[in-house]
Amino acid sequence: MLYINCPHCGLRSQNEFAYGGDATVKRPELNKEISDQEWDNFVYLRKSPRGKHLELWHHISGCRQWIKVERDTSTHEIFKTYKANEAIE
Amino acid sequence: MSQDFRLDNVGMVNREKKISFKFNGKKYFGFEGDTIASALIANGVHLVGRSFKYHRPRGFFGVGVDEPYAILQLDRNNERDPNIRATEQEIFEGLEVKSVNCWPSVNFDIGAINNFLKMFFPAGFYYKTFMWPPSFWYKIYEPFIRMAAGFGEASIKHDKERYEHKYEYCDLLITGSGPSGLASAYAAAKNGARVILAEDKPRFGGSLLTSDVNIGNQTGVEWTEKIIAELKSMPNVTVKNRSQVFGYYDHNMLVMSERISDHLPKTQKYLPKQRLWYIRANEVLISSGSIERPLVFGNNDTPGVMLSSAAKEYMKVYGVLVGKKPLIFTNNDSGYETAIEFKKNGVNPIILDTRSNPSSDIITEAKNLNIEIRFSYVVVAAKGYKKVKSADIAKISDNKKELFNIENIECDCICVSGFWTPSIHLASQSGNKSKFNEKIDAFVPDKSKQKENTIGSANGIFTLEETIKDAFDKGFDVSNKITEKNNKVSAPTVVEKKSTDHDKFWCVPLPKGKSYKRFLDFQNDVAVSDIELALREGFRSIEHVKRYTTLGMATDQGKTSNLNGLQLVSDIENKVVPQVGHTTFRPPYTPVSIGAIVGREVGKHSKPTRKSPMHSWHEKNNAVFVDAGVWLRPRYYKQGNEGLFEASKREAKNVRQNVGVCDVTTLGKIDVKGPDAAEFLNRVYTNAWLKLPVGKARYGVMLREDGIVMDDGTTTRISENHYHMTTTTAQAANVLSHLEYYLQLVWPELNVNVVSTTEQWAGAAIAGPNSRKLLMKLFPNLDVSNEGLPFMGYKEADLFGVPAKIYRISFSGELAYEINVESDNGYFMWEKIMEVGKEFQIQPYGTEALSTLRIEMGHVAGSELDGRTIPYDASLEGLVSKKKDFIGKRSLNRSAFTSTDREKLVGVVPIDKTTSIPEGSYIVKDPKAKLPNPKLGHVSASCWSVEYDNPFSLAIIKDGKNMIGQKLFAMSPLKNKTIPVEIVSSHYVDPEGKRVRS
Repeated sequence: MLYINCPHCGLRSQNEFAYGGDATVKRPELNKEISDQEWDNFVYLRKSPRGKHLELWHHISGCRQWIKVERDTSTHEIFKTYKANEAIE
Repeated sequence: MSQDFRLDNVGMVNREKKISFKFNGKKYFGFEGDTIASALIANGVHLVGRSFKYHRPRGFFGVGVDEPYAILQLDRNNERDPNIRATEQEIFEGLEVKSVNCWPSVNFDIGAINNFLKMFFPAGFYYKTFMWPPSFWYKIYEPFIRMAAGFGEASIKHDKERYEHKYEYCDLLITGSGPSGLASAYAAAKNGARVILAEDKPRFGGSLLTSDVNIGNQTGVEWTEKIIAELKSMPNVTVKNRSQVFGYYDHNMLVMSERISDHLPKTQKYLPKQRLWYIRANEVLISSGSIERPLVFGNNDTPGVMLSSAAKEYMKVYGVLVGKKPLIFTNNDSGYETAIEFKKNGVNPIILDTRSNPSSDIITEAKNLNIEIRFSYVVVAAKGYKKVKSADIAKISDNKKELFNIENIECDCICVSGFWTPSIHLASQSGNKSKFNEKIDAFVPDKSKQKENTIGSANGIFTLEETIKDAFDKGFDVSNKITEKNNKVSAPTVVEKKSTDHDKFWCVPLPKGKSYKRFLDFQNDVAVSDIELALREGFRSIEHVKRYTTLGMATDQGKTSNLNGLQLVSDIENKVVPQVGHTTFRPPYTPVSIGAIVGREVGKHSKPTRKSPMHSWHEKNNAVFVDAGVWLRPRYYKQGNEGLFEASKREAKNVRQNVGVCDVTTLGKIDVKGPDAAEFLNRVYTNAWLKLPVGKARYGVMLREDGIVMDDGTTTRISENHYHMTTTTAQAANVLSHLEYYLQLVWPELNVNVVSTTEQWAGAAIAGPNSRKLLMKLFPNLDVSNEGLPFMGYKEADLFGVPAKIYRISFSGELAYEINVESDNGYFMWEKIMEVGKEFQIQPYGTEALSTLRIEMGHVAGSELDGRTIPYDASLEGLVSKKKDFIGKRSLNRSAFTSTDREKLVGVVPIDKTTSIPEGSYIVKDPKAKLPNPKLGHVSASCWSVEYDNPFSLAIIKDGKNMIGQKLFAMSPLKNKTIPVEIVSSHYVDPEGKRVRS
């Protein structure tokens, strides 16, 4: 079970969190004309990288904040965690 | 038999307490502190089971977790527990165990015929045999395999025992209380670290219990007792016996199973049977020790052949002789310790040592005790079927290829020692890539992967002096890193007998003309010949060889067989063991009860049960409850002999004719607050929200980004910047997460906060033509006229001294109001409504009547918003704004979503007006069409319309809007029904919606 350092609460076990997928996906702006392809990329297409990956976790049984976690998908090593809108190094 | 093999005054069992137990129906006696194995051996019983494949007789091979043979089935308080290792299970008064994998009895087992057919059961037998024809699978092969497979029978009854989970944190977890575990625990604890020391056996001390050593001028046992007593007195230390750390998971999470009551006749009150510990350890010291390796020779699976260390432990710990004419077969000095122990207890052993001319303290001691020792000697084959009766022994050439002077000598047990294999399982589970140590012919942990270090014999250190010194150092270093303290205790002096290296020889060649089975894996009947065959057939990867031959599989996971298997593969392949590599170690290290894994999360405890504040009223009034997510909701209120159908019909009819009240507390409620709340709602919902005035509610639909309807509900503007959102019961949690996602990640610039208020409000919906009259009586000072409180209006008022919120919204399609009060006042509100409503013929109604009312009105709910429908399908397209953008809008332009013949919501009425249509039925044109019959859609919800007194259903069917008036068929293959139906509008009752506005 992962041990995730919530930037708001500190180290907490994985069972307090819900996984939220790729954190690098950016929602297209509202009212902007975009192609079907662009929209499909946003809604459906995700990479499944082996290695470092920036992902979203939701601290649902804690502070209820969405956080970003930089994790190695093959070793589960967690390098860094960020608040929702913190700049990513 | 009366414990003929029990020694006087030796061992640690409690001779004061005699315990009786039953094995295969026969009564035996043992002492408190015995395991089933030690007690049976004391009674001279060695035949306890039959092997997996050939049904060969099985005895005892080890004395602990490594036991591959003695797996029994336990009956305890009418609970059945298969897969009990006789070497671990302690006896208690009244214990009953029986053998498995034999029929009709362990003494006479029909399946043993396989032993004579063994040429037909080679490696990969199953893969080769159960191939063709395919039609044989279901009726012949599968039942056969199922009958042959597995040890013991699991109970099909509910397990009434209690299991618990515990979460724990510590600075340092130490897995095993042998010399290295004790020493490191002591050093770390003295330096202030919070330590957990776990021991899987009932007694602490590991090898110190049986080895003849001296630590700090004390015997191993005395030193163990002293250290354990001191550790137990320290507040920063937790010491646990009967506790197996079986899994090393990510981020230094380890799991331990503690057997609290397994050794007792009955689980004590307030205690669980077992407890599963989830331990998050800052650092881990793995001190799991090592397991003795077997030597391989003919018929080496005969009962009476066992590990020499096991024979020694049976004597020293349990005071039990495994035999009275022992033959010790060894390639190292360990066998001598066992021989000396036999001799001390008045039994004359014979030692066969594969080495030609070794010398060490202990060999000298054995010689001085006049023990018969034969160097360069091996056991060729054990003789005897259900128990060793004699052995063929021989002198072996220096190159270990040829046998001379084969002779038969009498013996009743053969104690083997092929040196030691470190238990590296936990280190390996942590991700540590092991390395091969040529000196000990075994793998040891390499570089730490997580925060783990391996100490003692688990790390391949086999001298006590080095073990103790290293463990004291490691215990100090690790604790120093955490506590930054410098209280270093010095390691005690150690005196032990020096020993020499082991002989690398491990497998006795077959004499000419003999074809003895030489077993590598005792649990799965994998012999040398099976591995040879697998390699001849082209299997190369050790992982493939394992799966093809089943070497190292099943409950013991190859604890005794792995290394010899690797040796054999590398010998045949002309490789060295590290080139062959080893198979992956995975948790659990030993079998774990399913009950312990599940813990308390069984039945109603698997999820919390949520009840509304009015729950006890419902109970008192004969409510029959239904699970709605984790909520319990009244399904109907039973009167007299009514069933679901009659009761729900009566309740729904009363709403249409008079007034009913329904508990709607379970609806999700979310407070949306902030200056940008209106803008936020406008982006979340498909319809327009910017112009909703204060004091008004609006129905809204929200989508996921892929255009599928996520949820619906009403949201009310309480004040300028404050909205009260309601969600469906099922989606409440998801909607909150969804809103938080957009506020925190996508549009952080919006100044809005959301919080769940579901539990803050108790809700009652009053619905029916009399509801306004009732409301007037409940709120005499409030203008509740159609003008004062219009449809979708909102008012705050006083309910007999209690503040209340009134929303004029309707799910039933009748004139209706929803009253919310603070949860604590919910019961009061409900009673007042029932009391005041009496004169208007009020009746409570449950979810079944609620469904009836919404279905005949054509209001959609979860069965239509099923995660597959877009607004158009559910006839919600009128709520989709064309002007503004919102979550999921772009998806609605996708070609599949704009197709004109999409499935759409319709009503369905059976032509005969009497046959109810099962939910889930298919709508088809021609019931006799060839299968698979082209499906137009499905019936999503069915009810008995109280308005028209006939069945009515909602369905979502292809090109629904052009199908009204068509005569089609509803088919339910499950219920075997085909019903002629007519497609009608989904708005079956009051299509203009006059009632809600009246």
